[in-house]
Amino acid sequence: MKEYQTITEISGPLVFAEVDEPVGYDEIVEIETPQGETLRGQVLESSEGIVSIQVFEGTGGIDRNASVRFLGETMKMPVTEDLLGRVLDGSGNPIDGGPEIIPDQRQDIVGEAINPFSREYPEEFIQTGVSAIDGMNTLVRGQKLPIFSGSGLPHNELALQIARQATVPEESDGDSEGDEDGSEFAVIFGAMGITAEEANEFMDDFERTGALERSVVFMNLADDPAVERQVTPRLALTTAEYLAFEKGYHVLVILTDMTNYCEALREIGAAREEVPGRRGYPGYMYTDLAQLYERAGRIEGKDGSVTQIPILTMPGDDDTHPIPDLTGYITEGQIVMDRNLNSQGIEPPVNVLPSLSRLMDDGIGEGLTREDHGDVSDQMYAAYAEGEDLRDLVNIVGREALSERDNKFLDFADRFETEFVQQGYDTNRSIEETLELGWDLLSDLPKAELNRIDEELIEEHYREDEQEAAEVEA
Amino acid sequence: MSQATDTEAVDQDGVIESVSGPVVTATDLDARMNDVVYVGDEGLMGEVIEIEGNLTTIQVYEETSGVGPGEPVENTGEPLSVDLGPGMMDSIYDGVQRPLDVLEDKMGTAFLDRGVDAPGIDLEKEWEFTPEVEEGDAVEPGDVVGTVPETVTIEHKVMVPPDYEGGEITTIKSGEFNVEETVAELDSGEEIQMHQEWPVRQARPAGDKETPTEPLVTGQRVQDGLFPLAKGGTAAIPGPFGSGKTVTQQQLAKWSDADIVVYIGCGERGNEMTEVIEDFPELPDPQTGNPLMARTCLIANTSNMPVAARESCIYTGITIAEYYRDMGYDVALMADSTSRWAEAMREISSRLEEMPGEEGYPAYLAASLSEFYERAGKFELINGGEGSISVVGAVSPPGGDFSEPVTQNTLRIVKTFWALDADLAERRHFPSINWNESYSLYKDQLDPWWESNVAGDWSDVRQWAVDVLDEEDELQEIVQLVGKDALPEDQQLTMEVARYIREAWLQQNALHDVDTYCEPEKTYRMLGAIKTFNDEAFEALEAGVPVEEIQDVDATPRLNRMGTAEEWNEFIDEIESDLKEQLRALY
Repeated sequence: MKEYQTITEISGPLVFAEVDEPVGYDEIVEIETPQGETLRGQVLESSEGIVSIQVFEGTGGIDRNASVRFLGETMKMPVTEDLLGRVLDGSGNPIDGGPEIIPDQRQDIVGEAINPFSREYPEEFIQTGVSAIDGMNTLVRGQKLPIFSGSGLPHNELALQIARQATVPEESDGDSEGDEDGSEFAVIFGAMGITAEEANEFMDDFERTGALERSVVFMNLADDPAVERQVTPRLALTTAEYLAFEKGYHVLVILTDMTNYCEALREIGAAREEVPGRRGYPGYMYTDLAQLYERAGRIEGKDGSVTQIPILTMPGDDDTHPIPDLTGYITEGQIVMDRNLNSQGIEPPVNVLPSLSRLMDDGIGEGLTREDHGDVSDQMYAAYAEGEDLRDLVNIVGREALSERDNKFLDFADRFETEFVQQGYDTNRSIEETLELGWDLLSDLPKAELNRIDEELIEEHYREDEQEAAEVEA
Repeated sequence: MSQATDTEAVDQDGVIESVSGPVVTATDLDARMNDVVYVGDEGLMGEVIEIEGNLTTIQVYEETSGVGPGEPVENTGEPLSVDLGPGMMDSIYDGVQRPLDVLEDKMGTAFLDRGVDAPGIDLEKEWEFTPEVEEGDAVEPGDVVGTVPETVTIEHKVMVPPDYEGGEITTIKSGEFNVEETVAELDSGEEIQMHQEWPVRQARPAGDKETPTEPLVTGQRVQDGLFPLAKGGTAAIPGPFGSGKTVTQQQLAKWSDADIVVYIGCGERGNEMTEVIEDFPELPDPQTGNPLMARTCLIANTSNMPVAARESCIYTGITIAEYYRDMGYDVALMADSTSRWAEAMREISSRLEEMPGEEGYPAYLAASLSEFYERAGKFELINGGEGSISVVGAVSPPGGDFSEPVTQNTLRIVKTFWALDADLAERRHFPSINWNESYSLYKDQLDPWWESNVAGDWSDVRQWAVDVLDEEDELQEIVQLVGKDALPEDQQLTMEVARYIREAWLQQNALHDVDTYCEPEKTYRMLGAIKTFNDEAFEALEAGVPVEEIQDVDATPRLNRMGTAEEWNEFIDEIESDLKEQLRALY
């Protein structure tokens, strides 16, 4: 290990130093300030004679006399099963006052891509107990499904609800060896730039529900260095991969807030004077985000799985902003929170229309959830979309001017929001309950309008009497 | 990739000068543009992309963490090439044609390690070679000298490589050989093996392009019916995320009646590729009944795999497609997504500090795109035969905005445009191809095929459907203002007919066993049934029957079940006769 006192330039989060021996790209660097403080950084560019270093904790306190040590290795995360129950800072150091972590392994935090040939296609239904997700945008093990939210919306409550309630029902049939503690998930929580208050909210909930025992928490708070945010999700995902693929856990990774992560990426890009892409974000942001999000999935022959729920707040609620846009192109769907539904007091305010789960179709149906699941979901989508369209019309012509058929769709849309989506953060609905509720609502529509559902299923589930009751009322 | 064989003293090793992500510069490397080099102690594969004085810039196809200045760079003296020969069908490659299943074996882990190389085709495996020519026959480049049963579906043709001189056959063998053994010798001294190599950035030679007149039947009603693609044509599928690009591409790969399918997953999701890998061997090819994989070659360079290999995967794919075209096959190539390819170019370009063009893309974006799409077409082959490559490129415009450079530059080249619509996708109308925005310039040249193979009045019926949808689009604006009931009765009826065209005909359920593939005859008959309803209903209306009564006829909702009907001919006969009977009974 060689030590230099050759810093030539300090600019933003970057430090440039002269070296006389080659230094590897991405290598970890320790910088000791004259005050005795040790800062850590990473090699961003390595040339003959000079390297640029990105300092995680910020460059405050560094001067030309600071000494630079190259550790000769890329950044590693010490991993062990004992991490469960621990709270770490954004660089992976314990902050819960607990004992020192004795690593089982040290893993490179820049994970290697999973060979697509070695992946196993995710198709195990996860019951979150939230109807808008289970019924309409089903989550499966190994999926990456972000929550697209906005400032001031209760995405944290939803994320916590999912973390609390997520189970895989009826694990027992067949090949369930290795995960006899059943369907519970180990939760990895990676916080990037969230406020101390939000962090407390999460921690209180984890402690209250006892979830902390099966969790690993990484905290980079709003006043922690922005550059560190680049590392935090990678530490979290490295831990997740270890627990999933080495130790057989089913891991749920919650990353919040991806918007802060991307801001940090832009900050570093700007400091390096790179050619910016859309809205000043670096051109490689797609690749960078993919390297995080793609670290979800299942591997053939391994028991565990990594399921990701990243949370991002859309600047200006705009889903064409580069952050949600690039995310949507990588992740397998999205759950979208809606400001209007929130102001109507719907909990959780999930707007199912722009929401999507790409892996839903293979995770539902006979033997997985229920035979009618796909059809019911399709039909509710179509009916709710039609009801939504009619709302615009009602504003102009009034309800009386609409046909009986149209009025039924309007009613459906209202009930869908206030009864199906609305459930509160403490209600845990089984998939059976969710689907039955769906049939309750669909039975308000005339049978002939249910053109997305197989005729036999209509016979089996359609509630004749409600239809009659509705007609009598009318 | 195989190592250099016949290099002319160009391979002097260099030394790394600097490393920045996938871009590495080296000094003292004597290399030509686009030569493949091995970088660093681990021997990571890369390609020369810029030469300036003593400084050579290399894009590296693997992760470069830990690589530093001073490490060696070894030149192979050969451009980036693919291995061509039997064994490519039923394979899955990364962007530089390394077989992913072999990599898994060699690396012993599910994660992609670095510095591991493997040839694109199995060099050991023996194939049954049957000669097609005899000693004394004269052969020219491109001529077939023998065949190999590559898979149950595909007969692989062993050709005289296009860069050979040709001549008289002096020796021809028959029996089991591996791909490196000589199976034929020419009097020019040239030897023919089953294995060829070809540089990916150079199109394989072919004769003239012909006007395509045969449709690539996709089994998807909206595509076959309204916006057809020709065998040898080009199409683009742009759409925002969640609009169903990948499902549409996969449906094409599954059901289109091409002989060979090359499917490129360029910078897309890992799980999606896994789905293809798991599904395709199970699914039957509708033409032959054999597993789909038997005619498919997959190239998977997912979004988290190295960006430089993403740039090259498009070229790897199209070169493989050209090789099968040279055998006289109709090849369909799907690239999902070309935007990721363009972004890879942008990323490399910005690391080279090139002057950016529009939205940071390199100024040569348009040229690269058109060069790629121009490798599609129906060709007269150099051996006198015919073969075609149809290219379908998905485009992922940021924010769903079609005015961005990749979409716009693509639209200038392709002749079929399938515009995916987020709004349709939200209401679960799939395939979410917007019928107002999409177009196909092949319609007219393909009509004769439809008329002689499906139905004589095909173009009239199609035009009728287009007109009804257009009219609905206009009426919809009025309905938004005053409500449907305020329309005159005949317009209400038109809206009703249009609804059936949309819901019963344009919509197609990719997940339903029957509906997922719709043969052209069925496409025609289904539309015919809706037209029957239209004609009968308007006659009833003219005879004074109120529109509510017409709508309440019990046979009409059954139109929605046509797509999923297995015995569709009987089912449609029955609906048509019921419709006539019930509607005529009203007056």
